[in-house]
Amino acid sequence: MSDSTMSEPTESSVRAEVRAWLEANWNPDYGLVEWRNKLIESGWGAPHWPKEWYGRGLPVAFNSVVDEEFARIGAVGVAKAGIRTLAAATILAHGTDFHKQKFLRRILTGEDTWCQLFSEPGSGSDMAGAVTRAERRGNKWVINGQKVWTTSAHKAHWGLLLARANWDVAKHKGLAYFVLDMKQPGVQVHPLKQMNGHASFNQVFMTDATVEPEFMVCDVGDGWTVATTTLMHERRGADGLRSWATASGRTGRIYDEERAEIATTMEPYKWYPQRAGRVDLVMERAQATGKIADPVVRQEIARLLIMSKAAEWTARRARAAQEQGKPQGPEGSLGKLVSSHVARQAARVHTYLSGADALLTGEDSPMGGVIAEILVSVPATSIAGGTDEIQRNIISERVLKMPKEPSVDTDRPFKDVPRNVAASS
Amino acid sequence: MRFSFTPEQEEFRTGLRRALEARSPTKEVRRLMATEAGYEREAWRKLNQELGLTAIHIPEQYGGQGFGQGDLAIVLEEMGRGLLCAPFLSTILASAAILNAGTEEQKATLLPSIAAGDTTAAFAFAEDSGLNDAEGIAMTASPSGATWRLEGTKSFVIDGHTADLIVVVARRPGTQGEDGLSFFVVSNDTPGLQRRLLKTMDETRKLARLTFTHVEARLLGEANAGAPAFARTLQQAAILLANEMVGGAERLREDALAYVKMRMQFGRSIASFQVTKHKAADMLVDVELAKSAAYYAAAALDEGDEDLPAIASLAKACAAEAYLQTAIHAVQMHGGIGFTWDNDTHLWFKRAKSSEVLFGDANEHRERMMRNWKH
Repeated sequence: MSDSTMSEPTESSVRAEVRAWLEANWNPDYGLVEWRNKLIESGWGAPHWPKEWYGRGLPVAFNSVVDEEFARIGAVGVAKAGIRTLAAATILAHGTDFHKQKFLRRILTGEDTWCQLFSEPGSGSDMAGAVTRAERRGNKWVINGQKVWTTSAHKAHWGLLLARANWDVAKHKGLAYFVLDMKQPGVQVHPLKQMNGHASFNQVFMTDATVEPEFMVCDVGDGWTVATTTLMHERRGADGLRSWATASGRTGRIYDEERAEIATTMEPYKWYPQRAGRVDLVMERAQATGKIADPVVRQEIARLLIMSKAAEWTARRARAAQEQGKPQGPEGSLGKLVSSHVARQAARVHTYLSGADALLTGEDSPMGGVIAEILVSVPATSIAGGTDEIQRNIISERVLKMPKEPSVDTDRPFKDVPRNVAASS
Repeated sequence: MRFSFTPEQEEFRTGLRRALEARSPTKEVRRLMATEAGYEREAWRKLNQELGLTAIHIPEQYGGQGFGQGDLAIVLEEMGRGLLCAPFLSTILASAAILNAGTEEQKATLLPSIAAGDTTAAFAFAEDSGLNDAEGIAMTASPSGATWRLEGTKSFVIDGHTADLIVVVARRPGTQGEDGLSFFVVSNDTPGLQRRLLKTMDETRKLARLTFTHVEARLLGEANAGAPAFARTLQQAAILLANEMVGGAERLREDALAYVKMRMQFGRSIASFQVTKHKAADMLVDVELAKSAAYYAAAALDEGDEDLPAIASLAKACAAEAYLQTAIHAVQMHGGIGFTWDNDTHLWFKRAKSSEVLFGDANEHRERMMRNWKH
């Protein structure tokens, strides 16, 4: 019998199937990796992945059903937090069987961690202007250059690397995409301290680092296409609906192991809630400070709540359309830009609410420094993951179909494109 | 359905949009807005009866179609988009007041002819003070045999100069605030009622000032117990207007976008300048957020959400800022031609301005929202 004669999966059939499997197999006494290997064999760890690669080939809409069943019984899932999800999506879309064989299983078990080596000091928004050099020497690729804003690079086993392999063709045509072994002498990782005092990111220096040819993800020239896949998955996570990785409060070996994993993975992101403005603290702070009675402050709070609620409902509209299989409307492209507006207004309100206390930081300041951390973290929101300006370009060009600005760097070999002008000393 | 519309609703919207595009091109809007009535009775009756517009939200037992406020909100959004000159919002608000305040018998008497499109109606609550709450009701109502007598003035009454039936909120003499409020119904030909068309900046929305001198009126519902129905009607008004506003805002946004795509300056399309593109992106954000709030609020009305007072004000404040900002950008993107009478942008600009203020501006609704915020 062919597959076409089998009945289509429905929400209830998927729910019944995963529930039965979990009831027969779940046991909190498993080790984390041991349990995840069972998940991988069953396909329930990543049900939307292809059957031949640890999934069940189910439509992505059923993931929420599967997640609900995991939550119901308290079962731990595969490793989902961090850059590894971007690595998995990229490898599934563009990788060879060798890559899938080598990397996917250890991504799901959480044994390997990953980082993304795209941004450079000289190319932030213009990511395709990367100048990290990839040269073929003998039977290896040799990498020289510098990457920046690399989350978790100091822990990562593997890096997703965008590098220039051909300087004689136009900007987007000369890029290659590699999986870089981070644990080699040619790779040096240094923390990068931010204006809020945290050092969540790294600078990565590559000096004659090497890559075996089979670790190249695509041909020279296709690197930009592959990087676009990675970025698309990164942006999808930016609509404010992806749940924060939070550990279960349950006791037992597997929960302890998962807690440790999440603590490590999420450590660089611990100030991210503050970066988004902490709208959730506003009413509580307004009551505590008595500013709730100030009519001017009330107007500003209301502006914030209106924006925040409308943003949430807009994201829900986008999700509802996606779940119903409708073509994506404009509402799906706005989340990143709107989150910047919300964060800025929240920082303004938190300042009004704090008065003179907004001058202070750390333990001398409100909520043990949380408010101060909001005020100096919010500026990251409109830069990280695509600046507001780039978001507006994307919205105007892709959604509104407005023409691109005339381009001055794509009609010539990349070696002839002007680079940063050195500051005069 | 707070976040999506059903296929039937989408289909209804498409048909309605097509009908309004055919019946209400801006040439027709300009012709009708220059008349004193602001609409043509027979043409509106025909369109209304064809599409069953004033029947949508009225329950079937009163001659309506029994759909929800969400469906009504779709009609308003499309009317805001098409700027249809018709006594629709006014009649809908009056019928909402009747549904909120009236007895079964009164609903059965008054609503069928509204649903059928034979009777137009207006909701008269605001007075010269322009306040949008119980404090603003100074008009008095005194019993007189089996009926009542109204004394005072109502103002800013949408279509008040043409409506067949006027629903009035008045108070028992000597009461204050929410005490002593009652709803009344007055026929437009009642002796002592004087109606004067006000000269409005937005010519597409006609407002009237009504003077009541010992005017005979029928009580609607229970005497002195009108405050909850009044509050609910105002919330409905804010939500329905918000939906009308996002329809207009979207139309302005689309027209401005089409214009900049066509316009060439400095040898290139002005739509290729980042400064124009970023403005267009910001306009999309403003309009989509306001749509989300308006849709959510209309659904909240249907679902009897306990946070309705806050949500209604949220939607109105959000729409007010978005519509006006969109209108300002739309004029700017058109440049000089956008400031001319012949260009259509000002029709929606003025509707944005009038809607911003009608039923309370953004400042008022933000404060109202804060007072009712339970989250």
